[in-house]
Amino acid sequence: MSEFLSALFLALSLQAGYNTSLVLVGSAILGAGAGAIGVFVLLRKRALVSDAISHATLPGIALAFLFGTWAFGDGRSLWLLLLGATLSAGIGVLAVEWMTRRTRLTEDTAIGTVLSTFFALGIVLLTFIQSLDVGGQAGLSDFILGSTAGLLRADAMLIAVTASLVSLVLITRIKQFSLLCFDPLFAHAQGMKVANLDRLLLLLLLAIVVIGLKTAGLVLVIALTIIPPVAARFWTDRVGPMLLVSAAIGGIGAYFGAAFSSIAADLPTGGLIVLTLFAVFLVSMLVAPSRGVFGSTLKHFFFQRTIHERQGLLAVSRGEPIFDPLTRRLLIKRGYLRADGAPTNEGTMAAQKMARDQALWNAYRRAYPTEAMMLDDWSLRPIDDVLPKDLVQSLSPELAPVSISKSRGGRA
Amino acid sequence: MIEFLQLDFPSILLGTLAALSCGLLGNFLVLRKQALMGDTISHVVLPGIVAGFLLTGVSATWPMMLGAMIAALFAVAMIEVIRRAGRIETGAAMGVIFTTMFAAGVVMLEQSGARGVHLDVEHALYGNLESAIWLDAFGISDLWNPAALATLPEAIWRILGVTVLVILFILAFYKELMITSFDVAHADSLGISSSKFGIALVFMTALAAVAAFAAVGSILVIAMFICPAATARMLTDRLSTQLWISAFVSIISGILGYLLAAFGLGWLGYDNSVSAAGMIALVAGLLQVFAMIFAPRYGMLFNRATSTDQLEDDTPRMTP
Repeated sequence: MSEFLSALFLALSLQAGYNTSLVLVGSAILGAGAGAIGVFVLLRKRALVSDAISHATLPGIALAFLFGTWAFGDGRSLWLLLLGATLSAGIGVLAVEWMTRRTRLTEDTAIGTVLSTFFALGIVLLTFIQSLDVGGQAGLSDFILGSTAGLLRADAMLIAVTASLVSLVLITRIKQFSLLCFDPLFAHAQGMKVANLDRLLLLLLLAIVVIGLKTAGLVLVIALTIIPPVAARFWTDRVGPMLLVSAAIGGIGAYFGAAFSSIAADLPTGGLIVLTLFAVFLVSMLVAPSRGVFGSTLKHFFFQRTIHERQGLLAVSRGEPIFDPLTRRLLIKRGYLRADGAPTNEGTMAAQKMARDQALWNAYRRAYPTEAMMLDDWSLRPIDDVLPKDLVQSLSPELAPVSISKSRGGRA
Repeated sequence: MIEFLQLDFPSILLGTLAALSCGLLGNFLVLRKQALMGDTISHVVLPGIVAGFLLTGVSATWPMMLGAMIAALFAVAMIEVIRRAGRIETGAAMGVIFTTMFAAGVVMLEQSGARGVHLDVEHALYGNLESAIWLDAFGISDLWNPAALATLPEAIWRILGVTVLVILFILAFYKELMITSFDVAHADSLGISSSKFGIALVFMTALAAVAAFAAVGSILVIAMFICPAATARMLTDRLSTQLWISAFVSIISGILGYLLAAFGLGWLGYDNSVSAAGMIALVAGLLQVFAMIFAPRYGMLFNRATSTDQLEDDTPRMTP
């Protein structure tokens, strides 16, 4: 176990050899870039477009290999293969767009058609290549499952440069992209070319997917563009922070995943990166304060108690008996009710305060209906805590000067 | 002729039945905008299959099928959990789950040394349709000879059973499936629970995907859940016609695709064959392209006059 940990530490601190370090850094940059672009793709509700893109690269790779073999006698040039991948994925994206716009088929059908048909063509070409007597064909299946074993310095540089370029474009256009995601109609009204922005977004996604192909493989590179933004979504609702969180999750997850895979043989890098990202996602889904499962359960718990206490006190102020067991228990615990259900002195006082508060809230709602609608916790917190004092005082004359304990019906 | 019966006929039968069972169910998936459910399921079954193999230690079919089925249903439940907890679109939730489970399957495979026992990722992706052989066939008369038929590969009987189940499912619940696919509100007002039929549909999808996956690989499964139904949808508004067309397209793709894969290169002067599953999927995709261009009413060739705005209204038209 300690051997394991020390090997992991060596890898994480980039001391486990040049090659491992290269893989770690390359993966981290790739993960960060994919996480960043993934945010906008997710917000545009097109997360699975990367599924179509990555599968659509395969026929391009196979054709580029055939072309390279035919033209230069060797089809293994990475640049040529990636060029082929880019071209065929580009055609795939255009096909999805065309199908969604010009036929009656919906986008998910279009994505499914493109990914299965292109991938099938790729498989047919691959099996054709395997039947030929040419060298270097074995490396082609690396693109399906990914392999970091042969990651060269030049590959890592390619990843770094592309990911930086993509990030740069994202940062300079963050306003336009946000508008595109949240209010495309308004963006259109502002004179933006929505279709062009969409295409730019898909082009950036395509660039990331293509450079990630060889490392993660075409099935798992999809995860790099989907899991980090979905995880980041649990932490924040704002675009800027979400972009940072998503890029951080992608980068750190890929870094750690690659480190895990380096400490033992037979651990595929792509697979471990995805599993690490999923672990981060799971933690985010459970513990993120605002939208996580625990957070919202806790919020719901307190929300429920607030409502019960408030309704209970209002019932006391109207002189009604309380039957609901939770309400009863809460009020007894607070010392507002005796065990037999009769209000204590404090209970009566608290009930009067609560009735006044409710009456003021009702007055506020009558006077300012629109503003009341905008408030999240309308009539849940004491009105003096939410609204300015002078406003509350201006509401008071509207209240009939009756003693509050008698204000039954009507107001509450 | 005997060689054809022994080597090619079982593969054609297997591929065509797999195509048919997935192609029929695909109609409802496409109408419900769940087209990618087939994609998801065919990826998530991988860890289930590997786990079934690891737990029993044998490459027997039933533990693997069971593992695959459990994995598929688990994935569907997880997608629903993530979708609700994160309030995100189904596609993103699917993306999270299918990539993760596929990754888990890949890691399990590499770790366990289960590779080589005809269980590897390439096999999972494009199947091994060509390996279905029927050595006990000695003449055309064996096609109606029960003793000889009994020696057909087990996979064929399995996929045949699933195909029959799918057809019975559609026949038995035709009305309910149709109404819940077209108009959820209307279905609810009639007291037909759309979520119940949604779950039943997902269950049947998983069953068909798992049965077909083992024999033909994920790529053919994904294509068949989508392409025949999409082709049929370009051609008609009537659900019953759509089902017939999709069945026809599935069968044609299965037969034509296999023949092209096995003999197509021979006609071009090469003496090798290419992946049959890939070619069947490709043929189905090409048929869909034809339909999208030449379909009489909705094809792009005859649809110039209609404006894009009108076409973007993708609400399914309801015609029983």
